[in-house]
Amino acid sequence: MTAQLNPKVDFDELLQEVHAIGKNVLRVHAAEVDKDARFPIESITAMREAKLLSAYVPQAFGGMGLSIVEISKICEALGQYCGSSAMIYAMHKIQVACLVHHAQDSEYFRNYLHQLVTEQRLIASATTEIGTGGDLRSSVCAMETEGNKFTLTKQAPVISYGEAADDILVTCRQSPTAAANEQVSVMVRKGEYTTVPLSNWDTMGFRGTCSSGFALTSSGDVEQILPQPFNEILGHTMHPYSHLVWGSLWSGIAADAVNQARAFVRVEARKTPGETPISAIRLAEVAQVLQEMRQNIASLAREYEELLSSDRPEALEEFGFSIRTNNLKLSCSQQLVDIVSRAMLICGISGYRNDSKFSLARHLRDAYGAALMVNNDRILKLNATMLMIHKEAQP
Amino acid sequence: MTLTDNPTLVPDIREILTQHGRMAAEGLGETEDLYGAGLTSLATVAVMLALEDKFNVEFPDNMVGRRTFKSIESIAEAIKQLSA
Repeated sequence: MTAQLNPKVDFDELLQEVHAIGKNVLRVHAAEVDKDARFPIESITAMREAKLLSAYVPQAFGGMGLSIVEISKICEALGQYCGSSAMIYAMHKIQVACLVHHAQDSEYFRNYLHQLVTEQRLIASATTEIGTGGDLRSSVCAMETEGNKFTLTKQAPVISYGEAADDILVTCRQSPTAAANEQVSVMVRKGEYTTVPLSNWDTMGFRGTCSSGFALTSSGDVEQILPQPFNEILGHTMHPYSHLVWGSLWSGIAADAVNQARAFVRVEARKTPGETPISAIRLAEVAQVLQEMRQNIASLAREYEELLSSDRPEALEEFGFSIRTNNLKLSCSQQLVDIVSRAMLICGISGYRNDSKFSLARHLRDAYGAALMVNNDRILKLNATMLMIHKEAQP
Repeated sequence: MTLTDNPTLVPDIREILTQHGRMAAEGLGETEDLYGAGLTSLATVAVMLALEDKFNVEFPDNMVGRRTFKSIESIAEAIKQLSA
């Protein structure tokens, strides 16, 4: 990419470059990354060279200053070439957004944002914890402070790309006497933490995210604590941003499956000139589902972008927005499996094979992960609770 | 006796917050910020349903929100208003 620090980013040009990286780097290594469940270092290196890791950092800090709508398009583009690489990018972006939205009051984090741009640091996240059953709003581990220094240990069942990350955002109780939901987010820096693996990452899909469990031991300066409380970071940013970028990259996986189905249908069509093959009808059907999925994401991305720049950010905390965000996750994760399955039906045995150019095995294995990362049942239960008192379109 | 003079109103709210709000409401001042003390917006659903049950009232849509659940005092005000 040229002139990353140029304040005027031509987004169409950038998106073309992302597709070029996708074709020339992500796709080339995707099968091997998946097979070996290894970190896609080539992908992340290429993203670093294009300064993509700081795409959401405001231009005042040297970043591209892209919007959530634009970041969402980048995630979708990457998803078309390698689900694991796209997922790592999306997860990193969630952490970047937390800093951009919630830490600019702090001199430490303003400096960090500059550093993120120049060094293209990769940020991982340690939110869930062994013993809390996946509930992000409660922590067992607590920060212990002495003077300006803190120490923190956490048993994390999952830290995606934990070994490859430069820094990790960790959720914890603010002090050993704090209640489980009195939480802060703290950034622990490479060289100041150690990780001992607790589990492997040998899964059906998203194998390259290397999301092993770790016992994390860290120390640092109290200025590494994000200045805003975790509940606000979660509600305003982590929750909506996650479901938007995840949904986006899933739609990229879905789009690639549909593209493969289209290529297959064309081969069929060439065999029977003048006659539309029956598989083409299926292609028309699956295109319809893909459109719904993409429109759903675009609509919530626009709503979120508007709320972020509106004068009433408290709307982000309203049940209505939460429910819609959850619904997006539920729909997208189900549509992804649906779309890849339909594409598989079109490609037939060629899609089912591992060794064919129409193989959809990786797409399908990745697709099943979507409903599980933050389990859909947990999300449905949250919506069920909120819907007991929330009504859309209130007078 | 009307609810407005109910001397157990505040203790009852406190008990409901402790039981259903997943927070320690025992030592809290009546005007103290409940969200600051650990009440989550999701937990307000259970609190609201328990209040409705206890005081035999129904919160209209325009009272379902952060303002109503801001403090023990604001909850008491809402209950008084609804049962007036």
